[in-house]
Amino acid sequence: MEIDWKSYNPGSFYDELISSPGYARKPARILARYLRSLSHEELQQRKAAAELAIKTMGISFTVYSEAGNIDREWPFDIIPRIITETQWTRTSKGLEQRLRALNCFIHDIYNEQKILKDKVLPAELIAKSGNFRKECVGMKPKHNVWAHVCGTDLIRDTDGSFYVLEDNLRVPSGVSYMLENRKVTKRVFPELFENYDIQAIADYPAQLFETLAALSPRPGNNPEVVVLTPGIFNSAYFEHSFLAQQMGAELVEGGDLVVQDDDCVYMRTIRGLSRVDVIYRRIDDLFLDPEVFQPDSVLGVPGLMRAWLKGNVALANAPGAGVADDKIIYTYVPQMIKYYLGEEPLLENVPSFLCIDEKQRKHVLQNLDKLVVKPANESGGYGMLMGPQSTKAEREEFARKIKANPRNYMAQPLISLSTAPVLCDRSVEPRHIDLRPFILQGKDIYVTPGGLTRVAMTKGSYVVNSSQGGGSKDTWIVSDGGS
Amino acid sequence: MLSRVAERIYWLGRYLERAENTARLLNVYSTLLLDLPRGSRIGWHTLVDITGCKEEFDEKYQATDERSVIRFLLADAKNSAAILNSVEMARENARTTREIIPAEAWEEINNLYLFTRDNASKGVARGPRHALLKEIISRCQMIAGLLAGAMSHNSGYNFIRIARSLERADMTTRIVDVGSVTVLPELASENGEEDISEPFENTIWMCVLRSLSADQMYRQHIQDRVKGEHVVSFLLQDAHFPRSVAHCLAKLHRCLHELPSNRKALKEVNDAKKMVLGADIEALLASGLLEYIDELQVKFADIHTHIQQAWFLPVPKD
Repeated sequence: MEIDWKSYNPGSFYDELISSPGYARKPARILARYLRSLSHEELQQRKAAAELAIKTMGISFTVYSEAGNIDREWPFDIIPRIITETQWTRTSKGLEQRLRALNCFIHDIYNEQKILKDKVLPAELIAKSGNFRKECVGMKPKHNVWAHVCGTDLIRDTDGSFYVLEDNLRVPSGVSYMLENRKVTKRVFPELFENYDIQAIADYPAQLFETLAALSPRPGNNPEVVVLTPGIFNSAYFEHSFLAQQMGAELVEGGDLVVQDDDCVYMRTIRGLSRVDVIYRRIDDLFLDPEVFQPDSVLGVPGLMRAWLKGNVALANAPGAGVADDKIIYTYVPQMIKYYLGEEPLLENVPSFLCIDEKQRKHVLQNLDKLVVKPANESGGYGMLMGPQSTKAEREEFARKIKANPRNYMAQPLISLSTAPVLCDRSVEPRHIDLRPFILQGKDIYVTPGGLTRVAMTKGSYVVNSSQGGGSKDTWIVSDGGS
Repeated sequence: MLSRVAERIYWLGRYLERAENTARLLNVYSTLLLDLPRGSRIGWHTLVDITGCKEEFDEKYQATDERSVIRFLLADAKNSAAILNSVEMARENARTTREIIPAEAWEEINNLYLFTRDNASKGVARGPRHALLKEIISRCQMIAGLLAGAMSHNSGYNFIRIARSLERADMTTRIVDVGSVTVLPELASENGEEDISEPFENTIWMCVLRSLSADQMYRQHIQDRVKGEHVVSFLLQDAHFPRSVAHCLAKLHRCLHELPSNRKALKEVNDAKKMVLGADIEALLASGLLEYIDELQVKFADIHTHIQQAWFLPVPKD
């Protein structure tokens, strides 16, 4: 049986494609009509074709807990998500604005700390931040930019506008899947590309390379840019390898690099040592350099911080950039935008309560069953309390944690994530989604058209993280009105 | 090129070639047995011996019958010499060097792995075996073609060629070994088994040639009827046939020549070349061929050691 859009009901949620049963939003009409024209068998065939493409292209991610089969195929839903160009242009400007402000903030924190002196942000927050690196104080990276690659998570509430859920400034991943999703869609639905003007995204690796190359400490046209990976057992290894391949950069592991007495970084090649200018590092701060951070780290390179502080090598993102990738600092981004840029924020935050503030903490503790509580520094959806689905014991445990370390927690009302149709075994059903665009800042600034749409594949679930069973969709930015 | 990447791509080359050669070996052996009288002394154990993993086999299998040997060399994921294992290792080395090999080659290597994983155990039965092995061989050939046609012929490709030449030379000596073991009269009497009579000798050498896709080229080169002496000489000493040991060593020499700090490795290759070209095949066939081949294989291992020392990452000291 073919798709019956009349029986597709997103309920009170904002659905990306279908506004109410039987009615597709304007830009999605061609897509909805096209999908309805396919029989159930044809749809399942396309789905199987996508799965096969993913398998043969080797698009995979790694799950730690499943020993033996560490490499898993990337979960993908074939129905694309559509966003109009008009809406995207505004969002994209908001993302640029946000990253510019965040970089001003990081630079300020490691240098003059004006924002603390002007009491826009309580100094205590920095003093107790788990991501503040005292080793970076006084450093002035090129262009004064610290976070060169940012992945910002956006969600759409019932009113249809985008809100920022969090900024990932340490080692955000997912961009390779965004690119591969598009390739798979082209293989599966080539017909659709005739009827839509879809903004191309394939430029990202070139943009990333330019951003990185512009950080080189040595003059000249041929900087040696490398991607530093923790190795094949990392969950994002596929992406590290993919980006290195797409940029034509070497993919290195800690053991491939060495810092010599001249405080420069070299890689071990078959022709001997060769100087490295820019390292796109995909390992966390604390593993970067055993001489400075965790002494037992075998992933990093002894002396790397020394080389960076002397300006002999560029690190992207810069060590310490994570100070702004903190769910508490996040709540101050609108103030940062006003403070550093003198502008009004174009993108709003999800309303948040800070547990460090006595009044707000009280509110949080009284409403644990309605709120989502997040620790300051976890990623991948770990360590959270989903209030409405929690047990009494979990709430009591979180109340204890919050009282013991209020700086480490914030809470947000449960935002209704928007939905999009997902092809299930029998029919299409609404599933919750979010969006992670990627923003690059170096000499210039660049935002991906769209981003990675992540899908909570389980009915009713809000958990979109691939490490916890989430899936993904191709994301289209189309000129308004479709064709 | 990074030393670590050089090492992985070298192993990619070796495992791909090993998978193909093992498939050839199993294929020829399976066909050969069909041509020989039932109960003749050519046993499946010979296959285990020439792949050099007799101990591993004896630990796990009771009988040296066809099913056990084929399963062991084709589909036993725990046997390091099994095709399934070679293919998996090739894929793992490709997966960790994806940034430098062409995407389409990676896709085919991945497909080869998926195909072998899903189908290898079917080849234990005689019926589908030939088609399965042929498919594996074709896929390996296609990958070699993709690499040759889509990858810059730079250091990375050079390491694949080095690995392939060395692995191929090694396997050719092993296949010559099979031929000799089965026809040499001295061995038959040694083992107290029935001698193979003259007519089968021809069949066996023909099979040896076919396993290396060498029958046609051999015929063009030597018009005379198939004789052991000529076959062994062709497979060891011919300058032009791509699977002859002499040809592989010459190619190895050329590839090594393009790399820095190659002195020691080149010297070993030159020694091996002298051993091959200077050999008196007729005399060796009369006596000492097996010992000679053993010596050659030791030489190949030395070449590998020198390659490792010159270009790969030093083994970390614990």
